[in-house]
Amino acid sequence: MSANPVRPSPAPQTSGAAFIFKKALISAGVALVLFSLMIGVRTEAGPQGGLIYWTRFGDLAALVATVFGGSIIVELLRQWWGPVDSERIVPKPVQAAMSFAGRWLAPALLVFAFLIPVIFYNQRYILDLSILVLTYVMLGWGLNVVVGLAGLLDLGYVAFYAVGAYSYALLATNFGLSFWVCLPLAGILAAFWGVLLGFPVLRLRGDYLAIVTLAFGEIIRLVIINWQSLTGGPNGVSGIPRPTLFGIPLDNSDDGLAAKLGIDFSPTHRIIFLFYLILALALVTNWVTIRLRRLPIGRAWEALREDEVACRALGINVTTTKLTAFATGAMFGGFAGAFFATRQGFISPESFTFQESALVLAIVVLGGMGSQLGVALAAVTMIGGFELFRGLDQYRMLFFGMAMVVLMIWRPRGLIGHRAPTVFLERNQAISSDLVKEGHG
Amino acid sequence: MSDDHILSVDSLMMRFGGIVAVNSLSFTAERRKITALIGPNGAGKTTVFNCITGFYRPSGGALRLTHDDGRSFQLERLGDFRISKLAKVARTFQNIRLFPGMTALENLMVAQHNALMRASGLTFLGLIGAPSWRQAEERAIDLARTWLDRVGLLPRADDAAGNLPYGDQRRLEIARAMCTEPALLCLDEPAAGLNARESGGLNELLLSIRDLGTSILLIEHDMSVVMEISDHVVVMDYGVKIAEGSPQAVRDDPKVIAAYLGADEEEAIAVMESGT
Repeated sequence: MSANPVRPSPAPQTSGAAFIFKKALISAGVALVLFSLMIGVRTEAGPQGGLIYWTRFGDLAALVATVFGGSIIVELLRQWWGPVDSERIVPKPVQAAMSFAGRWLAPALLVFAFLIPVIFYNQRYILDLSILVLTYVMLGWGLNVVVGLAGLLDLGYVAFYAVGAYSYALLATNFGLSFWVCLPLAGILAAFWGVLLGFPVLRLRGDYLAIVTLAFGEIIRLVIINWQSLTGGPNGVSGIPRPTLFGIPLDNSDDGLAAKLGIDFSPTHRIIFLFYLILALALVTNWVTIRLRRLPIGRAWEALREDEVACRALGINVTTTKLTAFATGAMFGGFAGAFFATRQGFISPESFTFQESALVLAIVVLGGMGSQLGVALAAVTMIGGFELFRGLDQYRMLFFGMAMVVLMIWRPRGLIGHRAPTVFLERNQAISSDLVKEGHG
Repeated sequence: MSDDHILSVDSLMMRFGGIVAVNSLSFTAERRKITALIGPNGAGKTTVFNCITGFYRPSGGALRLTHDDGRSFQLERLGDFRISKLAKVARTFQNIRLFPGMTALENLMVAQHNALMRASGLTFLGLIGAPSWRQAEERAIDLARTWLDRVGLLPRADDAAGNLPYGDQRRLEIARAMCTEPALLCLDEPAAGLNARESGGLNELLLSIRDLGTSILLIEHDMSVVMEISDHVVVMDYGVKIAEGSPQAVRDDPKVIAAYLGADEEEAIAVMESGT
């Protein structure tokens, strides 16, 4: 990490037309070999069970030509852009504008978030989307504790989301407990499962840890599917009570909030209440995480990500430090799960697939591991992006995948890769992402 | 056992499969003195260190550490982080192990983890910002500031540890170990990679740490460091102790010279007599 890789000075032939042509030809040759069987020959089982095939050389030629042309364009673009990792001189006013934006972006976003229900009062779609985005912001902030701060790669985060959701759903439908009683219970139960997961994986690092957490996520989902008598299996749990404003329901009954305030009932009231509820939960997550970073436990998490051996030499109990990271992250996941259950009114195992874990992890990685603002921006981009590309139908994931690849090339350490120190004597200066470790378990 | 021994190693044994890395090694380190452990490459010095600091569990033997107040610890039974936490043994590493993405000051704050955890009421008091926690944090920053000043890194307190020059990283690692307020400081080749001037500065730093009341156990290849500052030298070769004594006595010991030169004893004596 300390030394930059030695880069050979650009060789003279990289700019010649012959070089570009040769490179394009090689790419086209590779494409020809690859696609000649995949595209060029189509096979199918015939009516008698025999194999029939026909050729599609036209399609093949078109693809190879595309690769040839594309390769020339990419190479020209690359030469126009220059070496990828060279330092680019940013003009002073642009730098000043960027640092100004950096300072005011978070407060501006916060103010905007508070105003969303006012601005978009009549637009149910935007309100619903904002609630979804905020749910993922909260999940991202929760997972950020585990992945970003402690450097423990967790691929099964959705398990805690599921535990939180089912805790609230089952406690509320079976025992009639209110949302505000169940919320802390859901958090505690999820944290308990976090510790339970933490124990067997303490000695694992990196890829191995990721595999076990992935399996844990699947175990929780399979248990939920198969434990029919408790969880209702694939049918899920329905009729989950809606949250109340400290006992006042948000419906059109006589003792509902609208009636008490003497205003006309509107279903939007409940949506707005849910919006502020998840905003508050997310902000609590954020506040606690920022606070924890400046406490010895948070510093120990980050130190653990940087160097576990050095931590042991300093008398830090690596076991409890890892377990607290798992438990804290899981607790926030549990809160988010309870919110999800009360918002949906119905939950089933389908909501807690591996894809959710991958999405939340992508948000954390894309945002810049450890950065609270980065994770929030990434959640807005990811979830908002999903909606933005909705018009593209089946090409949606293609565009989305390409956007992610480009983003990761452009900013390999996420949107906000640098790290802010937790304590300083004189200068509060950000630490370059080159120095910050990603953690390996 | 005499009271002025902070550490007594008694027939320490460390086997890795069939290989005996340390074979019934016994020595003592005196309180408020600098004890050096030297020997050729592969003599087992770092293995001894790893046993003392809990990174290895010894195959046999006893390691007794006695604090100033008379409390004693059997290090071979403590293991892992408890050696640093309870027995107050701090160490540095042969290849520096700082937290590169954290500032110099943060590195020293992490070192005070256990004291700060207690002060923050296992995080809960700290979370609500209790005044007792704020005071404890101020004190921790003051201690870190003191040590940054002692190793001459105060102007770079807010720089990332990974950005510091090599010599500064070495000294920061010593400062970090000292922030755990150890009774015994174990240094694994602290002068490795330092130039003559830096190594002179290191000597002064180690002597000042000794004078502040911390005992030091040190592995070193740089003989100028060993000869200048050690009070007692233990020489190892192939996992056994071959000599022990004052720096002067060890330097003139034919067995030590033989081990270092790879020659047998008689040749070494001949070299010495013709040379000096």
